[in-house]
Amino acid sequence: MLRIENLHATVAGKAILNGVSLHVPAGEVHAIMGPNGSGKSTLAYVLAGRPGYAVSEGSATFTSTRHPGLEPGPALLEDGGEETRVPGQARDDEQSADLLALEPHERAAAGLFLGFQYPVEIPGVSMLQFLRESLNSQRRARGEAELSGAEFIRRAKAQAAALGMDSEMLKRPVNVGFSGGEKKRAEMVQMGIMNPRLAILDETDSGLDIDALKSVGAGINRIMRAPDKSVLLITHYQRLLDYVQPDRVHVLSRGRIVRSGGAELAHELEREGYAEAAA
Amino acid sequence: MTALLTRKLEAYRYADIDALASVWSALAPPERIAIAAQQKLQQVWLPSDEAVQVRRAEIAIAQSGGAHLFVLNTASEYGRVELDITLADDAEFTMFGANIGGGSANLEIVTTVRHVGLRGRSRQSVRSVLGGKAVGTYLGKVEVARGAQQTDAEQSVKAMLLDRGAMANCKPELEIFADDVKCAHGASVGELDADQMFYAMSRGLDPASARALLLEGFIMGLWDDAPDGEAIRTAARNALRAIA
Repeated sequence: MLRIENLHATVAGKAILNGVSLHVPAGEVHAIMGPNGSGKSTLAYVLAGRPGYAVSEGSATFTSTRHPGLEPGPALLEDGGEETRVPGQARDDEQSADLLALEPHERAAAGLFLGFQYPVEIPGVSMLQFLRESLNSQRRARGEAELSGAEFIRRAKAQAAALGMDSEMLKRPVNVGFSGGEKKRAEMVQMGIMNPRLAILDETDSGLDIDALKSVGAGINRIMRAPDKSVLLITHYQRLLDYVQPDRVHVLSRGRIVRSGGAELAHELEREGYAEAAA
Repeated sequence: MTALLTRKLEAYRYADIDALASVWSALAPPERIAIAAQQKLQQVWLPSDEAVQVRRAEIAIAQSGGAHLFVLNTASEYGRVELDITLADDAEFTMFGANIGGGSANLEIVTTVRHVGLRGRSRQSVRSVLGGKAVGTYLGKVEVARGAQQTDAEQSVKAMLLDRGAMANCKPELEIFADDVKCAHGASVGELDADQMFYAMSRGLDPASARALLLEGFIMGLWDDAPDGEAIRTAARNALRAIA
């Protein structure tokens, strides 16, 4: 799904990533942990294509399996949703993309979603309009039919309900007046609506109380746990990993991955701290 | 007559005098509107298709009356909206206006708001989105007469420049002869926010659509209270699409 080789990146002329290599196969959740300033957010931004984050060396390849005309999916919902997959056809059309050569919106259309650590406020634009135009822009880029207004609203309301968000909030301007926790929940609602192949979630757990953490964790599992989807979970703490079991845990330190292991590595880090575990 | 019009006159300092001259002989005198006590007027001013458009009104608002204008000023060459407003005791005036233009358009909203009575309230919000070499201007003069105590006047002016050649002029002006008044004004000129652009693009919007959406957000809040707001919103959306 995602293969990163020897990735070097600079921000404002300063080297932040110093040779990150990482392979996230389809169907897996990988956690990236590490101390402040280790380059976790930079990695997320480089993969999503944020301007100002310059790649000086290395590559990132994104392979998505997509059957023409089929939605990536499914983001399973109680009501069944309208999305169907045909078993056995998912591998028909494997496409590899040089992620770093794509514009941010092309990466989104290819199936990448970035959950922001600090979701951005956009006054004057309602959440519904923002997401509908975004989703339809992705669909046009993939040669899929646009969703009708009614169909989109149904999908948006179902995702909001599944994440425990009042659907009235979808009528408000994007993230304006949302609390920190509400913004993170709203990011997951957005993820549910976009239904990506690869989600990079940058400290989605920060600012969440314990109930919100549970529902966000359940949301990640519901939306992204599928054989053809992957998650890169960036976090400081073990606690989100209690709800979203990672298949692999990587420790990022000074812009490189210094250790990798199974889910138990997160517990070890929690006990002993990064200094010890990354030594 | 137009010989008398020069840019030396404060109200015409950024005007397109040649364009003005081309329509001057056919120009109607300012529309005179008298709003009786307790009466309310709401008007939406939509642009026409003319390359040069000038629209002027003198509005006198009697005691406890109100005038509420929603103005979209857009023209390919020159668009000028001129308002002269007088407020008696407890009268209220609001104007929500936008200048939207590209190319070499020159768009201006020029207002004089005269508070002559007690406790008058005026609120003016102007948003400009300018591309190409367009010029957008707001000249807003608020006069508070001797004795017009407890006047509450507010002016808010914001402009977004899309290209290096675009220009915005914002000039709120206050002339106050009373000592118990509140007169606030604020002005800002800026570009699209880079964080908002990246956020929108990360959700799948191509750069042109992301720009259009952010600009729409900047403008549309003006017309939340407009009667039949869809007409002015649609016209504004089309004007934005033409320059974004």
